[in-house]
Formats: sequence, structure tokens, C-alpha cells
Amino acid sequence: MKTKKSSFDEHEVLHELKHFLPAQAPLKDFIHHNTLHAFQNLKFYDATRNASKMFGYKVSLSLDEFRKLYKSHHIRKDILEKMVLERKGSEHFNEWMGHLVSKKYNTEIEPRIGLMRSYWKNEYHIDLDLLIQPILFRILCSYLDQGISIWNFPVSHKGFLDSIREMERNSFTSFFKSERVRKLLLNNTCEIKALLELVVGDESFYEQYLFDQQFAHQGWSGMVSAIEDQPQSLLDRKKISLHDLIVFELLLEIDALDNKFGEIWTPLANRINNKPIDLFEEVPKTELDEVYLIWQDAFEWTYYDEVLAGIKTEKKSNNAIANKSFQAMFCLDDRECSFRRYLEKFDSSCETFGTPGFFGVEFFFQPEHGKFYTKLCPAPVTPKYLIKELETNSKRKKDVHFTKQTHSLFRGWIIAQTLGFWSAFRLFINIFKPSMSPATASSFAHMDKFSKLTIQNNNVTDIENELQIGFTIEEMANRVEGLLKSIGLVKDFAPVVYVIGHGASSVNNTYYAGYDCGACSGRPGSVNARVVSFMANHPDVRSVLKSRGLEIPTETQFVGGLHDTTRDEIVFFDENSLSPKNLESHHKNELIFSKALDINSKERSRRFESINTKLSPEKIHEKLKIRSVSLFEPRPEYNHATNTLCIVGRRGLTKNLFLDRRAFMNSYDYTIDPEGKLLFGIMKPLGPVCGGINLEYFFSRVDNQKLGAGTKLPHNVMGLFGVANGADGDLRPGLPSQMIEIHDPIRLLIIVEHFPNVVLETIQKLPEMYEWFNNEWVNLVAVNPETEEFFVFKNGMFSNYEPLKKSVGVLSDVTSLIESSQENLSVYELN
Amino acid sequence: MTPLLQLFILIPLIGFLISLLIPGKKETLISWTAFTVVGLHFGTFLVFVIYWLLHNHPTLNLKDIVVFKTEGYEFLVDFCFDKITAVYLFVGAFLTFLVTVYSRYYLHREAGYKRFFNTILFFYLGYNIAIFAGNFETLFIGWEILGICSFLLIAFYRDRYLPVKNAIKVFSVYRIGDVGLILAMWMAHHLWHLNITFLQLRNDELVHSELETHSLIGVFISLMILVTAAVKSAQLPFSSWLPRAMEGPTPSSAIFYGSLSVHMGVFLLLRTFELWEHQTSVRILIAILGLSTSIVATLIARVQSSVKSQIAYSSISQIGLIFIEVACGFEKLALFHFAGNAFLRTYQLLVSPSVVSYLIREQFYNFIPRKQTIEDSFPKKIEYSFYTLSLKEWNLDLFLNSILWNPIKFLGRRLDFLTIKRLLLLFIPAYIIGLITLYTKPTIPSEIHEYLPTFFSFIGLIMVFKAFTERKSIVLSWMLIIMNHFWIALAVSFNENFEYSQVHLYLSGVIVAGIIGYICLLKLQSAEKDLDLNQFYGHSYEHPKLAFIFLLSCLGLAGFPITPTFIGEDVIFTHVHEDQAILAFFTALSLIINGIVLIKMYARIFLGPHIKTYHETPYKSS
Repeated sequence: MKTKKSSFDEHEVLHELKHFLPAQAPLKDFIHHNTLHAFQNLKFYDATRNASKMFGYKVSLSLDEFRKLYKSHHIRKDILEKMVLERKGSEHFNEWMGHLVSKKYNTEIEPRIGLMRSYWKNEYHIDLDLLIQPILFRILCSYLDQGISIWNFPVSHKGFLDSIREMERNSFTSFFKSERVRKLLLNNTCEIKALLELVVGDESFYEQYLFDQQFAHQGWSGMVSAIEDQPQSLLDRKKISLHDLIVFELLLEIDALDNKFGEIWTPLANRINNKPIDLFEEVPKTELDEVYLIWQDAFEWTYYDEVLAGIKTEKKSNNAIANKSFQAMFCLDDRECSFRRYLEKFDSSCETFGTPGFFGVEFFFQPEHGKFYTKLCPAPVTPKYLIKELETNSKRKKDVHFTKQTHSLFRGWIIAQTLGFWSAFRLFINIFKPSMSPATASSFAHMDKFSKLTIQNNNVTDIENELQIGFTIEEMANRVEGLLKSIGLVKDFAPVVYVIGHGASSVNNTYYAGYDCGACSGRPGSVNARVVSFMANHPDVRSVLKSRGLEIPTETQFVGGLHDTTRDEIVFFDENSLSPKNLESHHKNELIFSKALDINSKERSRRFESINTKLSPEKIHEKLKIRSVSLFEPRPEYNHATNTLCIVGRRGLTKNLFLDRRAFMNSYDYTIDPEGKLLFGIMKPLGPVCGGINLEYFFSRVDNQKLGAGTKLPHNVMGLFGVANGADGDLRPGLPSQMIEIHDPIRLLIIVEHFPNVVLETIQKLPEMYEWFNNEWVNLVAVNPETEEFFVFKNGMFSNYEPLKKSVGVLSDVTSLIESSQENLSVYELN
Repeated sequence: MTPLLQLFILIPLIGFLISLLIPGKKETLISWTAFTVVGLHFGTFLVFVIYWLLHNHPTLNLKDIVVFKTEGYEFLVDFCFDKITAVYLFVGAFLTFLVTVYSRYYLHREAGYKRFFNTILFFYLGYNIAIFAGNFETLFIGWEILGICSFLLIAFYRDRYLPVKNAIKVFSVYRIGDVGLILAMWMAHHLWHLNITFLQLRNDELVHSELETHSLIGVFISLMILVTAAVKSAQLPFSSWLPRAMEGPTPSSAIFYGSLSVHMGVFLLLRTFELWEHQTSVRILIAILGLSTSIVATLIARVQSSVKSQIAYSSISQIGLIFIEVACGFEKLALFHFAGNAFLRTYQLLVSPSVVSYLIREQFYNFIPRKQTIEDSFPKKIEYSFYTLSLKEWNLDLFLNSILWNPIKFLGRRLDFLTIKRLLLLFIPAYIIGLITLYTKPTIPSEIHEYLPTFFSFIGLIMVFKAFTERKSIVLSWMLIIMNHFWIALAVSFNENFEYSQVHLYLSGVIVAGIIGYICLLKLQSAEKDLDLNQFYGHSYEHPKLAFIFLLSCLGLAGFPITPTFIGEDVIFTHVHEDQAILAFFTALSLIINGIVLIKMYARIFLGPHIKTYHETPYKSS
């Protein structure tokens, strides 16, 4: 994988380490990303094979699981045979079918990581991890703490190591037991290399030793590395670096060894007679690897083939709707998939669109009285604008149970005997009649519905902390134009155009940020929806747009809104600015929305054990709302679980398909973009955003223990930025089992409606974008819009694909289907 | 009214037994059973308590259910009911009821769904036995059940390393408390020459007169009770177990360690108040212990940066205050404080995941960089020192290690020369000689005879020391434990003339459990080849049934109330005279370590991350 050097280059090794450590940001900024991002420069199967051997990750379903899926026809026989034929030819066909279906393999995973450090245990009979980790984690957590502890880390402005040094210098007690180590810290610069010489002794071992050491607690190391790179991800900023962590850990190791053996012990390298295999050495391909690979492909294509067959057979309906009642824009999020379907069902003259949920407006948002700015656009973007919220009148409610007074001795004494009994009552109410409380993270609380926003910039010198307050007319026009063109909405406007962001509500959920809109950096999209509507309604903006050839009729009005995906509720903003006629039709539309929300909650409820899906939509909806505020409900919703598809094209391409809430849908009209200029803007974020979501679910599902967070039921909140098991555990990045249990690990299939050559040119425009496709982290199919042929992208080119499945089931009403099963459903054609 | 008391034990007992029979897949049925049992219990109690209050809330005593009787000894089960029981029952039933409802949904799809509710019901049974207990013997049954349930709930996620490690840690500390209780029982028996009921303690004449003449014995009993109470309520120097116990699903942590289990120490003190009421020194000691605990625990709580350990330490500091209240004789205040603290901490634990969104929102709107706390006004050196010390939990773990576990390990390692062969060659003949001397007692000079019991019990102790440190052979470890029991039996048989049937009673359970456990080990060894005690193997993944049977035999061998050995242990102790402190100490120490070794064996063989990695296995650091 990389060339070996015998000398130790600290800078390079730290860089490498940071590259491989988990990159999850603190909880409040939880954003999905590819768990194996460090391997993205490799082809998917090479990456997983290497990751598994190096770090011991399980990277696919187990052989037994695949075989079970095959037996239950969830992996189709014809697909599997096709895969084997393609890869092995007819002469090895029978042999390989045998390998796949029945041959016994040793499937144990024996990772390389940890081998070197295991010599401590085997040769020195000392368990360094056990001796060091609890105190190391506690010190780290206290240093980084965002507001749990009452008594803060006494020194913090100096950086981690210097703060420790400062405390050691002025203290009667010490973190160390060995005087030597204390002196080392106080009188020495503590170079990593010098410490490693003491501990390990042989320079050629250093790199692997540090990998072993840091990957023994990859959660904490990853968090330190993430905070080092993005200090702004903590509101109460902390200066820390992976370098400091390593130095401190090495000191603790020397301390533990000194304490056990006195100051004379021989460095580790002297006791290693058999140097463990190098971590980065090429991982050979085995027969078993290929077996996994074929199974995975067959599993994926069983699903893909059905979807493509569905697209092929369904009746396309790209005919323009004559008298549009309304148009509505949603986030491309897979959770909006079914909601849009129901809206279109209940009002056949409406039209819906999907686009990333920040709606093309990027800015920082400052709620009134807020001490910080919140970024409301995709994470990699750094906006130059600030939008402030003014004139709010909602009040934040407090809950004394979370306050620090309850933990003090004397006030605690009084509180226990007064509030304690109130707690009993609250607990009772919370269990038998759950309701909104200050503990709930509510999407509607993100912005006060009746507040004012500083959307329009009055003066370009109006700048706060280097951010321009509001947008100028020109800037607004650019954004509205970009948004409308990208989704193909350039003519035939309906009188009312809704722009609906989304967010989620939950309680007792440390992953709350992951449930909100990823395109808004893990926040609800309400402000963006309102801002872009304001822009599109602005007469000056409209005249600029008109001069550019994009004419929005004066009677057309945009209305912002927010869809709460957990509670299936919707709120609209600035409705009073609607014209009387539009207001009237808005009231009519609201009924449609409300009906669609009810039935949407019914469809969602089929996944929930505690709700009987056969009940009426209204009843289910009530239960669903209660569920979202129930303390004891670890699954307020299933978020992106089961996502597998991303459709880029006109609504007509899949409008009549039942896709079981598994598709991201980005509206795009190839006819107004023959060269694929707009397509580039659409496809650029699909890898990191949709692909990232998909792969995080994928890997958390296949190895929930090492790549996911395990079950969330015992989680303990550490310093408000992470979760761990119990009091002394490592941080657990990744997704908990409750989020991924129904997810099938299938890579995202992106289906683009355009000519293959245009798609190819588009994805090749940017190397990091091309990597996603060429290395197969996502799969790509182009649909030729004229011939409706499919072209699969593989090894740098598109080749024709004819679905094996000839037709899919036909349904007129999905009710009986959704009532029938909790499992993933097949693709159906709706008529 | 009195006979009704049995109902409060029977309902959870029957509920627990029923819950064992339900197949693990039937989530609804399992949770419905738990919910109904606890609900029925709570309902019955509410009706009962109203009736009781209307009848001037008399103290009730359901006497003398003789479980075992022999000459000069009776094992009595005795129940009583007074306001202490009433408060503990109300809080316990209320919270357990709510938490079972809560867990119904919360644990949905969790792998150990059935195990969880089984354990909750078993815990509830133990809790009720303990709070209804009318004498030490009955209390001890409940106490043991609570201990083992704690182990099972902390190690609920048995495929991870930390829960299992911490479960062993907590169990080991609990074991110290158990022995305190055994010794207190032993002395009390000698003091009053009967199995004294708690009600009789209120008989001033009986208690006062005896204690006046035997004040030292009185102090000894009180101290043993205090040790037991301090262990269970996480007072100094045992405090650090409580945050480590928060490894199970949040609701179980909430009722066990947030509220019910951790307040049992307070219960014990309230129950035995009359015993030490007139021992001023003991009362001062309790108050000092409570005060120092609350100060130290508060300091530790102030630096905690994880939610659950913060709640744990603040709860400990409140319990310290309750100890002071009890020492001062403010019974009602203590009960009130207990209830409030239990409710508050349970609720705080249950909503603890919400702390992220709530506090971050608070921070977003009210952030003050580097908020000053009172400590910032201290001289720097003092501030840093105390901070460091508090972060290190005042080295409580180190302290316990150095006075308790390290000496045992040290002694055990001196015995490394013992192999199975040598063991058989050395100690089997020695035992036979011992037996022969037993039957030919009269021929031994009395000077030697006097020392023989202590000597034999010392050999027994050596067996467990060795078992404690044995890492290679599981069979050796198992045999050492069995032999330990035999040596104890021999030692006590020497001590006094009594019917051998009592020894047989004691050994019967040992033999049965010993053989069953041995078969389990052989079976496992034939399936898994390499097995030792050097690491955790996690074999319950493939052998869950074997794991369960082995756990039962471990419990049997440890004298858990499922075999006659439990009663036997108590009988045996009554034959240790009050002036034989060393013999009592050796025997007690044997029993403590015995239990720890057995649980450790079970854990190392069957729990922890599975040694085979063909499926998802967690990191050791999780």
C-alpha cells in the first residue's frame, strides 16, 4: 500500500494516524460519512479486504447470512449465476457455485492491529490498557468537557499537554506514580520519538506501535483528532492535538511500567523475537474474499435489477400537468419519498420536487439571544453570510433535573427531599402520558415561527465577524436561479410553490443531530426554506430573474415550511403574506398535506412493533406523535435505514413506482441542461452526502460492534460530545444497533436520467468526485432518456444492461401491502 | 393481617418462576408477566397499607417458619412489617413497576430481553425478602439474591469486556459486605443464644442487659453491620464501585444503582438501629463515615464529566448525609430523604441521554467562557491538588487493592508450586489423616486438639488463596474450592461434638454442585480444547445452556440459597465459639474468596468477548 521506511517521521505518522482514525465530529454536529473514508482511494472490495485484515473489521454480512438470504430467495438464483458466469466463466461455474452455496470456510478474522502491543501482555504480563485507559479517558473527558462537570479542568487555555504540565508543577498530588515520569514531563520537551525510544526502543517499530496504541481506543483518539481539525465543533473550544494525546499516553505507559518493574525494564523491542507482520503490507486475496464479493454483488444486483425492471416497465408520465394546484419542493432525503407519493396521489394536479434540503442558500444562522452561529448548509461549505433571528416571543423552558444544583451537597439535600417527589410524579406521567418537555429536541423549536429574519442585506458594509448580514438582490437572484434550474422548475409555475425543509424530534436521543437534515449540517431546514421563499418572492429578485429569462408569474408565491419526519407534522411560515386567492388555495392544500401526513405515518408504522399498522391513519398518527416524545422509545423513527437508491431525473421516471421509502430523489431535467453543467452541481455532493449516509449505515450494520456504536441502551454521555459504555469505556463512534437493525447493507445505486456520455463527462470533471464512482463506493446507472436503455458504469465506462427480471408486481393501492409486512418490500408499479 | 405478609414474598416468587418458563422470543408475554406481577404486588401493597394505616399501623411479625431444625439450632424464616418496610416497599414497588413498563419498549429487540426481565423479577424477590426480613437469616437470603442479581445485571452485556470486569469488581466488594453480615449473625447468635429477630431488638431489656455485660461483642456486631451497610451503600472506602456498576441498560442502572440497591445499606442501619442505639461510639463512627463520604463524594462528583458517574457520586454523597441522619436517630427524616433521593436519581438516570440536547441548547444561549467555581478562589496549588485527587477518585481503588486483593494475590502466588498432582498427593492423604484423627479424637492431647480446628481451616484458606490466583487449570481451581469446603467442615467438626448430619447437610450441596460443575467443565473442555483462566473466553455465545448450568453449580458451591449448603454454612458458623476469632475469621475469609473465585471462573470461561471471531466481536475497551 505504501513504501516502507525504517526511520520514523513523526509528522508523517501522525498524519497517517489521523487519516485512519474515525472522523466523527462531536454529537451536536453528527453528520453521516463513509466510515472507511481512509480507504477511499482503493476499489471498494480491495478497501474492505484491507480494512478487515488490518483493523479486524467485519466488512460484509456473514457467509451464513448470505446463504440464508439465498435460500429465502432474497438473493436471486439467476442473478447469482450471472455473477458467477461473468467472473468465473462456464468451466468453473459449478465449482464456484459449490464454493458459494455450501463450502466450509474458516471465517475468523485475525487482524494485524494490536499484535505488537500484545507483547506487553505475553512477555511482561502487564495489561497496559487496563492500567492506563480509565484514567486517560477520564482526564481527556474532563479536559474536553462541554458542561457536565461542575468544577472545570483548572487549566485549559494552554493546550492539553501544557495544561497537565502546569497542574503537575503546582500540585501536592500527581497523575503519575513514578517520580521519573513526572520529571520527564516537567523538565523535558517530551518528544514522541524520545519517549518511544524508552518504551519501544527500535525505530522501525515505532509507527506500528503508535497505531496499536491509538487503535486500542480509536473512539477517543478519533475524537481528539476531529477536534484538533475542527475546533469549532465544540462551542466551548478546547485546544488539543493527537500529538499531545500520544505523548501523555506514552508517559502513562512508562509510569505503569515503572510502577510495576521499577525504573529498570527493557524496551518492548528487545523482547519481540518475531516481528509481527507490518500493518500496511499488501493483503493477499483469498478464495473466501472472492466468495464474499460475489455474494455481495449478487445481493445488491438482486435489488438493483428489480428496480431497473420496475423503471423499464412502468408507464412514464412526463406529460405536463395542465392546471397545477401547487408545487412543492422537498429535501432529496429518502424519508420524503413516501410523503411525496401520497401528496401526488391525493392531489393529482400537484407537482413535487426534490433537492438538497438547504435549497441552495448557505449561511450562518443566529437565533435571538444565541451566543453562537449555527451553520445551515452542507458541512464542507463555509458560508460568508449571516442571518439573524429577531423579535421572537417563545421562551425556552427549563428543567431543574438537568441542573448542577442537584449534584451539590447541601442544595442536593434540599432538592432530593422536595424535587425528588416531583420526579416520581414526572416519571409516572412520562411513562403513562408522554408529552413534549424541555428534554425533547424539537425540530419546530429551531426557529420561532413568528420571528423576523435579516434576509435582505441593506448595506454591504453591514458585517459581523467577517460575515455579511443578509444577501444582496444580486446574490439572492443567483441562488434562486440556481435552485430552480437545477430541479428543472423554469416554467409552468403553480400559484403556490412550497419549499419544505425537514427536521426531526426526539427525546433521550444522543443522536438527535443525525436525524435532522444532513444538507443543513445536522439541523432542521426551516430557516433555509423560509429564506429561499423570501428571496423567490422578492419583486427585485424576480425582475433580475426575468432579465435572465426566468420568469416567475406575479401571482405565484413561495411558501416556506418544515416537515417533522418523526412526528409527521408540518408547519408553514409567513402564510399571512399570501394573496387572498393563494391563501384560500393554501388552506385547501393544507388539508391535502394533513391527509398525506396521516397516511404517511401509517406507512412508516409498519416498521414499528408497538403500533398496529391496521389501525386508521389518524389513530396511528397520534400514536406516532406520542412515540416521538416517549423517554422509553429508543427508535423515534428509523431515519435513513434501508436507503439504497438515489434517483436523479424528472419525477416521471419513477412517479408510478413504489420504492418503499428507500430512495433519495433529486429532481433534474436533462432537457434544459444538455451539456450537463447543472448535473455537475447536483452530482458533486451525492457521493459525500448520500453515499456517506449509505456507507455509514452499511458498515454500522455489518459490524455494529467495531464500526457501529453497539446497542444504545447502556450508553453514557461523555462531556456532551460523545457516548461510551459505562464509566470507563472508549467512545463509540458510528450508529447504534437501534438505527441499523432493519438496514440491508447494499451500496447506493445512483440512477441518472441523461445520456451516458454526458454523465461520464460530468463525473470525470473532478477527481475526488470520480473516485466515488470509479472505486465503486456507489454504483451508477445512466438511463438514456430517449431510448430508456440502462447503462451501468463499471471500470471507467458505461455498458448496456438489460434487467433479468421482466416485470414487477402491479398495485392500485398500497394499503394492504404495507399492512402485510414489517420487512423490506419489493418494487411495485402503481396504477 | 400478619399472615398476609407471605403474599408479598409469594407474588414475586411465583412471578419469577413463571417468567423463567416463557420462551425467549415471546417479548410481549415476558414483559406482560413482569408488569403484571409487579403491578399486582404494588396494588396489593396499596390496599394493604391503607388497611394497615387505618388500624394504627402496628408492627407486624410473622414468626418462625422453621426451615431446618436440629438440636441446639434452628433456621428460622421470619417476616416483619413496620414503617421502614412500608416506605422501602412503596418506593421499591413504585419504581420497579414504572421501570418494568419503561423497559417493555426500551429493551425491544435486545438480545437478552428475557434475561433482563428474569433478573428484574429475581431482584424484586430478593428486595422484598430483604425488606420484609424479620431476622438476620432471612435478611441474608435477600441480601445474597440482591448480590447475584447485581452481578447479572451489570454483566448484562456479557459479550463485552468492561461490563464483565466491573460485574466481578462489584460482586467482589459486595462479598465483603456479605461476610460482615455472616459475622454479625454469628456473634449475635452467641450473644443471645437464639436467632434473634429484629423485633426482639426493640426489647430494651433483652438487648440492653446483654450488651451491657458484653459491650465489646455489641460493638463488634455493630461494626460488622456498618461494614455491610457501607459496602452496599457505596460509602468510604468502597465508593468507587457505584459508577462502575452503570454498565447495564439505563433503566436497570436507574433502579438498581440509582435507587433501590444502593439504599439497602441505609435500610440495614435503620433495621438494626435499636442494636447500636446505646453505643455512642458506634453512632459517632457512623456519622463520621457518612460525613466524610459525603464530602469526598461531593468533590468527586464535582469533577465528573460523564452523566452517569456524576449522578452516581452525587447520590453517594446524599446517602452519606442519610447515614448521618440515621446516626442521629432521625429515622423519619432518613426515610423521607431516602425516598426523595431514590426518585430523583432514578429519574435523572432515565433522562440522562437527553442531557446532550438540553445542555447544549442551554450552552448555546447562556454560554459564559470559563465559569468561575468556588474552587477557583483557592490557592492554585490547593486547587490543582484537590482536582487531581478528585479526578483519581481519591485513590480509593488503589487503597482497596492494597489492603484487600493484593495480599491475597501475593499469598496465592507463593503457592504456585501446587499442581493437580501435588495437590492430590499432599492434601488428600492429609485430609484422610485429619478424618482419622477426628474419629479418634480422645487420643490427641488437648493442647494440640485446641489448635487443630484453626489449623484445618487455615489449610482450607490456603486452598482458596491458591484458587484465587490459579490461572492455568480450571479443573484445579474447581477442585480447590471443593476441598476448601471439606477442610472447613473438618475444622468445625473438630471443634465441637455435634451431629454429623449437620456436616452432611453442609457438604451435600457442595458435592452435588461440585459434581455438576465438574461435568460442565469436562464437557466444555472436550468441545473447546484450550481453556485456562488467563483471559475471558465468552463461551456463553456457543454454549448458553452449559453456561447457565455452570452458573447454578457455582452458586451452589458458593453457598447461595439454592442448596442446603446455604443453611449448612449458617449451622457450621454456630459451632464456632465466640472466643475463636481466628477460626471465625479464617472461615469467613474462605467464604468470601470462595464466592469471588467461583464468579470469576464463571465469568472468565463463559463471559467477555468471544474468543472466536467469526462474528461481530466488540473491542476490549468497550
